[in-house]
Amino acid sequence: MRHADFLQFFQDGLFTGTLPPGVTARAPDEAAQRFAVYRNNVAHSLSRALAARFPAVERILGAEFFAALAPLFLAEQGPQNPMLFAWGGGFADFLTGFPPLAGLPWVADVARIEFARGEAYHAADAEPLPPEALSQAAADAGRARLALHPSLRIVPSRFAAVSAWAMNQPGATPAPLEVNRPETALILRDRRDDVPVRALGPGDATFVAALQSGLVLIRAAEAAATAEPGHDPGAILLSLARAGALTGLAFGETA
Amino acid sequence: MTLPATPGIGFKPEHFAAIRETRPDLGFFEVHAENYMGEGGPAHRTLEALRADYAISLHGVGLSIGGSRIDRDHLARLKRLVDLYQPESFSEHLAWSSHGIYLNDLLPLPYTEETLALVCDHIDEVQAALGRRMLLENPSTYVLFEQSTIPEIDFMTEISRRTGCGLLLDVNNVFVSCTNHRMDPRAYLRDFPLDRVGEIHLGGHAEEELPSGPLLIDAHGTPVADPVWALYAEVIAAAGPLPTLIEWDNDVPDFPVLMAEADRARAVLTRRVAHAAR
Amino acid sequence: MTAMTKTLTLTASLATALTLAASMASAEGEMEKCYGVAMAGQNDCAAGPGTTCAGTATKDFQGNAWKYVPAGTCVTMETPNGKGSLEPIAM
Repeated sequence: MRHADFLQFFQDGLFTGTLPPGVTARAPDEAAQRFAVYRNNVAHSLSRALAARFPAVERILGAEFFAALAPLFLAEQGPQNPMLFAWGGGFADFLTGFPPLAGLPWVADVARIEFARGEAYHAADAEPLPPEALSQAAADAGRARLALHPSLRIVPSRFAAVSAWAMNQPGATPAPLEVNRPETALILRDRRDDVPVRALGPGDATFVAALQSGLVLIRAAEAAATAEPGHDPGAILLSLARAGALTGLAFGETA
Repeated sequence: MTLPATPGIGFKPEHFAAIRETRPDLGFFEVHAENYMGEGGPAHRTLEALRADYAISLHGVGLSIGGSRIDRDHLARLKRLVDLYQPESFSEHLAWSSHGIYLNDLLPLPYTEETLALVCDHIDEVQAALGRRMLLENPSTYVLFEQSTIPEIDFMTEISRRTGCGLLLDVNNVFVSCTNHRMDPRAYLRDFPLDRVGEIHLGGHAEEELPSGPLLIDAHGTPVADPVWALYAEVIAAAGPLPTLIEWDNDVPDFPVLMAEADRARAVLTRRVAHAAR
Repeated sequence: MTAMTKTLTLTASLATALTLAASMASAEGEMEKCYGVAMAGQNDCAAGPGTTCAGTATKDFQGNAWKYVPAGTCVTMETPNGKGSLEPIAM
């Protein structure tokens, strides 16, 4: 048997329980029990890796449900590389398509928030703009374009996904929640290397998304005022600056 | 660049504060390469800070050297880490972990002429890409293969001879595998090419009972077992002092518990040095 | 408010925020990093703790999420369908 065939048989056996050809032991009748150690290692360690990646989803669904769900996701979308922290980009869509969760459509957005947090945690580093650059931008809001930190993510939701995420953090206590109200999550890795999640109103969300898409400051502010009449961009802009999320400055409209 | 022949500890981020405060007397820390393969962020900051004070052993857990091919993307990520942090050592396992998907376990392979040639090709590829010699670690195994034609020691010795790689001797893995396959660990260690060993691993194992006797599992969730300490002392007596890692990956205790294990290894190493000086 | 006034108001707000940020920037650059905080999915080289029961050989590895009802901490959440949406799915 060629080695590639052996690997395929062994891998299939991990999931089906069929003993791969040639697997044996000093007491050959124990081969299946011994092979089960590998089966259990793989199933258990990947299930726990997924739970570590999506702790709020696990808390919401319950450990028993999550443990039963994980092998189904694994069978569909196993890790494509050995970096476990990068696994699970398709988990939110998987949850959406999982019929037993049809009554909890907002859980998928909690998963999106958790995945975005993991991405933010491992995203590339970028230095915050120095004070002089901030002053230059202040003097020319009509032409200044700000680059945002590579960790910054915006996760829009039709549901109160940020609130649901927050009340399922360690130490928090879930309470009744009207989930049928939209919330947009802002996720970034701040100066302390913390990765907070905050809910943005429609104006702030539009403003940040507009900056991220490369609009000059004043155009982003106008877009936000259109989404939310009377919106004042000052608070969210200051908040981004203080978090260290303003990392680049250019002048002029984008091509 | 080599690791000092003193105790080291497997790094866990939750111990970082204790390490910073107490600056423990350790020769090195070992980190799992895959946890530092993100583009940026706190993991890198932590490793930089650790690297500033200690020798680093970079230990891969996902290269799948016993698989059908080396993942070039993964090898490139590994090279970036090696270039960035210039670790004193890079090591990986005689095992496979990916075949289309990543299975997150160190899986066994039959020892045949075919797999010998394949593993040697993979190690050649890794050493060429990284521009350095690597260490290959003996595995804990729970099953045997009918198709195996080469004893594990001969397999590893031949890999080392053909590729020039060094070996990482995990004494706990020797004890686990030999117990599981009803072999004598002392005979294994007597035949192991100790002159090719660049590092020792010591970890805890779990024990189950099968009808034919004990089944040991390489769980890294407990102190190093007494019989493993005894084997370790014999290895050091025979080979001289070697860099010795304490591994603890599950139910990780407070840092002082790991330091106590490291001190126990230090006592063995120091005795050997004192003995040699006489 | 005219479009011109709106733009002036927005420009002033943006400039004020950035000027304030510039004045605070030097202090914020010195913030202590959260060293050692790990997150989400650590690789290691140990066997899983779940292997320590020999009964694993008889365990149902596939699981069956379909027979479970989500039983987490959010069962009191009010949903568009009312609280009853966490009832078991009839199979």
